[in-house]
Amino acid sequence: MDNQAPGALAVEGVSVEFGGLLALDAVSLDCRVGEVVGVIGPNGAGKTTLFNVICGFVRPTSGRLAVNGSTLRRHRPHDLARLRVARTLQGVGLVQGLTIVENVMLGAQALLRADFVSALFGAWRSSREEARFRSRARALLDQLEIGEFADRYPATLPYGVQKRAALARALIAEPTLLLLDEPASGLSAEDMTELGTFLRSLRDRMGIVLVEHHMDLVMSTCDRLVVLNFGRVIATGTPEEISANPEVTEAYLGEDVREVTRGKDRTSGA
Amino acid sequence: MIKLPPLPAWARLPRQPLLRHLLFAVVGGVFFYLLTQSLSDFNDFEIGELAVYAIAIAGLSLLTGVNGQISLGQGAFVAVGAYTLAELQVHQPMNLVLELLAATAMTAVVGLVIAVPATRLHGPYLAGMTLLFALALPFLSDKYSNFFGGDQGLTVPPPSAPGSIDPQKWLTWIQLFCALVVMVLLANLLSSRFGRSFRAVRDDEVAASLAGVHVARTKVIAFVVSSACAGLAGGLLALSSGVVNTGEFPLSLSIFILAGMVLGGSGTIFGAWWGAVVVVYLPSQWSQSLASTFHFNHLLSANFAVIAFGAILVVVMLVAPSGIQGGFRWLGQHLVTLSTRPEPTGNISVALQHTTEPDQTGDSSAAEQLPSSGGR
Repeated sequence: MDNQAPGALAVEGVSVEFGGLLALDAVSLDCRVGEVVGVIGPNGAGKTTLFNVICGFVRPTSGRLAVNGSTLRRHRPHDLARLRVARTLQGVGLVQGLTIVENVMLGAQALLRADFVSALFGAWRSSREEARFRSRARALLDQLEIGEFADRYPATLPYGVQKRAALARALIAEPTLLLLDEPASGLSAEDMTELGTFLRSLRDRMGIVLVEHHMDLVMSTCDRLVVLNFGRVIATGTPEEISANPEVTEAYLGEDVREVTRGKDRTSGA
Repeated sequence: MIKLPPLPAWARLPRQPLLRHLLFAVVGGVFFYLLTQSLSDFNDFEIGELAVYAIAIAGLSLLTGVNGQISLGQGAFVAVGAYTLAELQVHQPMNLVLELLAATAMTAVVGLVIAVPATRLHGPYLAGMTLLFALALPFLSDKYSNFFGGDQGLTVPPPSAPGSIDPQKWLTWIQLFCALVVMVLLANLLSSRFGRSFRAVRDDEVAASLAGVHVARTKVIAFVVSSACAGLAGGLLALSSGVVNTGEFPLSLSIFILAGMVLGGSGTIFGAWWGAVVVVYLPSQWSQSLASTFHFNHLLSANFAVIAFGAILVVVMLVAPSGIQGGFRWLGQHLVTLSTRPEPTGNISVALQHTTEPDQTGDSSAAEQLPSSGGR
């Protein structure tokens, strides 16, 4: 149903200037439902700035941005959830004062309809909705195998569990576009493999844009890669094409490219 | 956490939030009814003050403890509520319920006007702006002394009690009833999606906005709810003090409310009551009786309340940083731990279990995914 032509995300010629510094230079990128697109590049290449533009934290100097077929002009971060876009943050980004299950419910905030008065009087309308989303959040946590931590606070839990909870929070609103900012940072090799498998399994329901440094994960998970360097797209293509591209090799992968491909063989073939 | 043996169905709290909160309110109501019946008039007056302060502190607790906005102007909103009720009684007397609602609504509107610019500010800047509001308000009543009654103030006759009920008891019951209603409403709000967005905005505005929370609107809502509470408290305070003038609402009122909130346990409904107990009883009774017991000289005993307040603030913050309610909660959890784990090594084994839990899940799930990868 969501497989219409415009795709989940279309970025066309977006430039961002920070006081004379060109952070993004006419960057174009698109991602359809059913695709995992990886955005890679060295530190400072503009990957997170690109996400910040999509999310409305940073206004582009020029260019066009469309999500799920509608062009975004002056959108604010809180509009995204309604546009069915979810984003995870670098690090964890869980709210420390909420339990894990409440954090996940927070992700559905844009779907909740209870008005202020019914919340104030504890009306059935409000409490039934709360109960429904609470059980939906618990089911999602169970699916991610962290159901047992639902009522704990994030600070008491290992990093991997927190990362999964952050993913659950992004998924509860059933986005059609999922933006993941370094989802694998700090994860163990096992967790990372599971994450890759899980992301592949989400593909038929949403488009996924992945900013990641771990080449193992990027190479094994993504359908297409976009390589940024100094704010410019220097290459796009399948993982195989990218790893064979000499310009990319020079700019980003450097000498480590052999290392990386060997690493990939190790995880997938072990 | 420790798994307690499950309670029988009748002993469990209802899961429906409204029922649970009403249950607490009914228990509280019965407790206070019996308390007022067994006490003298003056003590009843103080119980009424307790209820009024609990409302104001609970409102501030929602704003500061739950939503993370520091306000030093809660006392000024109390004044707005008090003046609204007094003006209504002078110019347009009507049903007491309507007057109290009007005082609440009027203060909510003033709160909204302040909130729209104020919620753009953070931390100390917001505190500064609300402080300015608290400082400026008395000048307003001096400037328009014809309307606000100047230093003399406006007199507020006590509400007439039906039948043969003692007027003081009647007023105390009105104040207690209002307080319990406010607590139920606030508890409902905190257990709804609004409470969740208040907390999310307090802890992480970026994460909250990405989750679809309208950060600015959430802050304004918290500010308006908080000032509405202060307005109701002001209306009720006017009824019991009988007169509304600028001397009734010094800056120290805002500070006392803030200190009461911190002492009681910011962000909790019960904490508001503990805070109110400290604010009402410490300056009047405890400090005086202590001062007379130890035969302090005149100068010291006059300032003893302030000294004691400071000392208590320091001690509570050292012993229980999350306030009296937080202290009780900590104590309760540890008593439960001790009673369910009689052997002395209990705590250690619990701690070990916690650290190994995630590893076990990680290992087992990894083993399913990668049967041949072995242990790493």
